Amino acid sequence: MNRNSNTYTFLYAAIMVIVVAAVLASVAIALKPAQKKNVEIEKKQNILASVNIESTAANAEDIYKKTVVAEYVVNTKGEKVDGNAFTNNLKQQRAAGFDKMLLPVFECKTNDGIKYVLPVYGAGLWGPIWGYVSVNDDMNTIYGAIFDHEGETPGLGAEIATKEFQEQFKGKTLFDESDKMTSIVVAKVGEVAPEEHKVDAISGGTITSKGLEKMLKDDFTGYEAFLNKNKK
Amino acid sequence: MSDPLFSKKNLKLLTTPLSDSNPITVQVLGICSALAVTAQLKPAIVMTLSVMAVLALANVIISLLRNTIPTRIRIIVQLVVVAALVILVDQVLRAYVYDVSKQLSVFVGLIITNCILMGRLEAFALGNRPWQSFLDGIGNAAGYGIILIIVAVIREILGSGSLMGYKLIPDSWYIVNGGFYSNNGLMVLSPMALIVVGIIIWVQRSCSRKLIEN
Repeated sequence: MNRNSNTYTFLYAAIMVIVVAAVLASVAIALKPAQKKNVEIEKKQNILASVNIESTAANAEDIYKKTVVAEYVVNTKGEKVDGNAFTNNLKQQRAAGFDKMLLPVFECKTNDGIKYVLPVYGAGLWGPIWGYVSVNDDMNTIYGAIFDHEGETPGLGAEIATKEFQEQFKGKTLFDESDKMTSIVVAKVGEVAPEEHKVDAISGGTITSKGLEKMLKDDFTGYEAFLNKNKK
Repeated sequence: MSDPLFSKKNLKLLTTPLSDSNPITVQVLGICSALAVTAQLKPAIVMTLSVMAVLALANVIISLLRNTIPTRIRIIVQLVVVAALVILVDQVLRAYVYDVSKQLSVFVGLIITNCILMGRLEAFALGNRPWQSFLDGIGNAAGYGIILIIVAVIREILGSGSLMGYKLIPDSWYIVNGGFYSNNGLMVLSPMALIVVGIIIWVQRSCSRKLIEN
């Protein structure tokens, strides 16, 4: 057949598209279970990391089973409601509006006592950022924090996923003396904030840093009622 | 095929892209990703390997199909092959080496838009046999990678004081700890990559006179 004829060109394009689509679709379906499993394990590892427990992809499930003693969902009035905490999607919850928002809580038993892991979700510069923050049973002091991102700039915004940045959060408090929710200030050089609510921002990663600050503020406001209710 | 597999002519396909026809410094292709992924060494290396895999495979596939591709839609065919390969690589990484796939995240998608790929498919694979095209793919990806790695090493050492994430500059040297040293913040920003690439081009051209246009 003439390689320059219209029929040949159309046929060629049609067959090529069908072949490529079939290959990609079957690969995607075949690999889906393995990918889903990876995402679940990563989430468990993140929750464990937020209470300062190291785990590998291989042992994360076992440790998770032993450590997480309760998972539940709370609304913004602080009441426990029906729902699956593990599959709770904070992005969708945010879209539902503040009053209808359902937030997951993971109760973890550690060597230092019971810790409450609160997931957070927000926006960085290029895409979503998220994290898990654990608080002591005074519902005020941060015990550990872990953050991750989809595509922040390596060396700049992506530094929120490093230990050095996350270590700063340990021991910071969420409420001020008058029990007002102040959250955490991610401060640039020269920005004034009380030491117990302040961590250093990332130089060159201002938008990511400020996005992280907003994420914490927004989500902790959602958890505020729950935290107040369970204060000891 | 009268040539032996590694004849002098074939080996040349591997070696010239490293210097005299380097895709970045001589052909000035693929600059965008060279700026984006070179703030640290590790992503630069992973990006190099991914580009190598995709470019070599795409070159072979296009070369095998070269006598069937309708000339009027050849660019579209090339693009479909490259895009399909990139998605395949991404899916496989996600299923089996999740850690690596997370590190690459956006970079894998960037491979599709890398001008080197289309350039090599169009200029080489369409007119040459699969084995030669394979060598050409490996060679060009290596030439691309070498520049990426040089730029990344310079930027990571001067910008972050580390290499592959390991600290090279002792903490006590830093001004905040009472020392005398401070990282060069400009190095982690993309414009500095362009300047470093520019310096490499300058050095290469002054060493190799034949590259200088009249």
